[in-house]
Amino acid sequence: MLETYLPVLIFIVIGTAVGAAMIGLGFALSPNRPDSEKNSPYECGFEAFEDSRMKFDVRYYLVAILFIIFDLEIAFLFPWAVVLDQIGMVGFWAMMIFLGILVVGFIYEWKKGALEWE
Amino acid sequence: MDAVIALWTELPVVIQIVMKIVAIMLPLMLLVAYYTYAERKIIGYMQVRMGPNRVGFFGMRLWGLGQPIADAVKLMFKEIIIPTGASKTLFLIAPMLTIGPALAAWAVFPFDAGLVLADVNAGLLYILAMTSLGVYGVIIAGWASNSKYAFLGSIRSAAQIISYEIAMGFALVGVLVAAGSLNLGDIVNAQQGSVFHWFWLPLLPLFLVYFISGVAETNRAPFDVAEGESEIVAGFHVEYSGMTFAVFFLAEYANMILISALSALMFMGGWLSPLPQNWVDGVFLLDDGFQWLLLKTFAFMFLFLWFRATFPRYRYDQIMRLGWKVFIPITIVWIVVVSVMRVAEMPWWFN
Repeated sequence: MLETYLPVLIFIVIGTAVGAAMIGLGFALSPNRPDSEKNSPYECGFEAFEDSRMKFDVRYYLVAILFIIFDLEIAFLFPWAVVLDQIGMVGFWAMMIFLGILVVGFIYEWKKGALEWE
Repeated sequence: MDAVIALWTELPVVIQIVMKIVAIMLPLMLLVAYYTYAERKIIGYMQVRMGPNRVGFFGMRLWGLGQPIADAVKLMFKEIIIPTGASKTLFLIAPMLTIGPALAAWAVFPFDAGLVLADVNAGLLYILAMTSLGVYGVIIAGWASNSKYAFLGSIRSAAQIISYEIAMGFALVGVLVAAGSLNLGDIVNAQQGSVFHWFWLPLLPLFLVYFISGVAETNRAPFDVAEGESEIVAGFHVEYSGMTFAVFFLAEYANMILISALSALMFMGGWLSPLPQNWVDGVFLLDDGFQWLLLKTFAFMFLFLWFRATFPRYRYDQIMRLGWKVFIPITIVWIVVVSVMRVAEMPWWFN
């Protein structure tokens, strides 16, 4: 059972190693002549004004929170979807109620304007 | 022949696996290289240009077929610039973190009936996990670059990717309800019958949502605000040069091929033949087989390029509205519809 996952593990290792090898090859073959202008952050030719790790719009944060809620929802739906034809009407209605609650929350955040970008 | 098989079975398991992985990865890399060529050529013709037509082999032009090789060699010899303000380790980890999952997702992908590297039961879950990891590469690259354009691009891109991932996940739930299995091979087998048994018909809204989300997920036009050239230059990889840039580039194209192949597998019957079974039984190339999967994948890959040549770029608020206010309601409604069909044992599709 678990040995079917061995190729997956090896593939992940090789995939990442291919990326590392390509970057390593790039370093080995390419010239390296740094100077302070070349290594400064790109800002249309100006000197960088301030630290670039600046404040950003809180809505991105809101999107991230909403994403966690919905992604968790999907995690709940996955096992249910696979065994739907074995759990009968009880299982079906349980998930419908669950989805109903989710939709109420979704309508609430919609009406509150959490999804607005203007 | 028997000697070759005997030699193969005597090899250690790990060596066998590594050779299989190479057999998947080399054609994939070649496909990625020539996909970039196809993109430039196809978009060129769509805009009544020639596209690349100079670089060939051994003094012959050959319609510019040497272009991707020349590009790769050029990028290899370009200086890799690491900005002074950048977090050096993260800056170099980000491209690896992008390409690793983009390649590793192919581990569970079935190319034909039974022709799969790892026939795991959680195949679709693994693919969802691997494609989700791509967002880390984007956000780490933007953060580590310590450049305003890269930072803004990565935040935009990350928010866009996770928004469309929800719609994508819901669409996959619909596929699971219809197929009753997470194993990708079983999902294809559940579509057996005829063209009208394939899941594109009962799951039509989910199919459209899945493919459009896939385009948004890979940051391709018309959803490419993350690298909108006119506003934030190249977005999260603005500070990357040479091979570090090439790795991001490869990962993007590998992801496009993955999305195309998955669409073909889950909604278009994978390796199943579109012709009626009693016509093609045993007929070479017309019967079920890898060639059909390849053809369907190429059709979806062509759509990516066609979109880019056709549609103007979406505005960022329009992208978020499409993801949250259109796709998520559609998918939730259709999951309910599909599960009702499944529970009611609608004949024809869900036997």
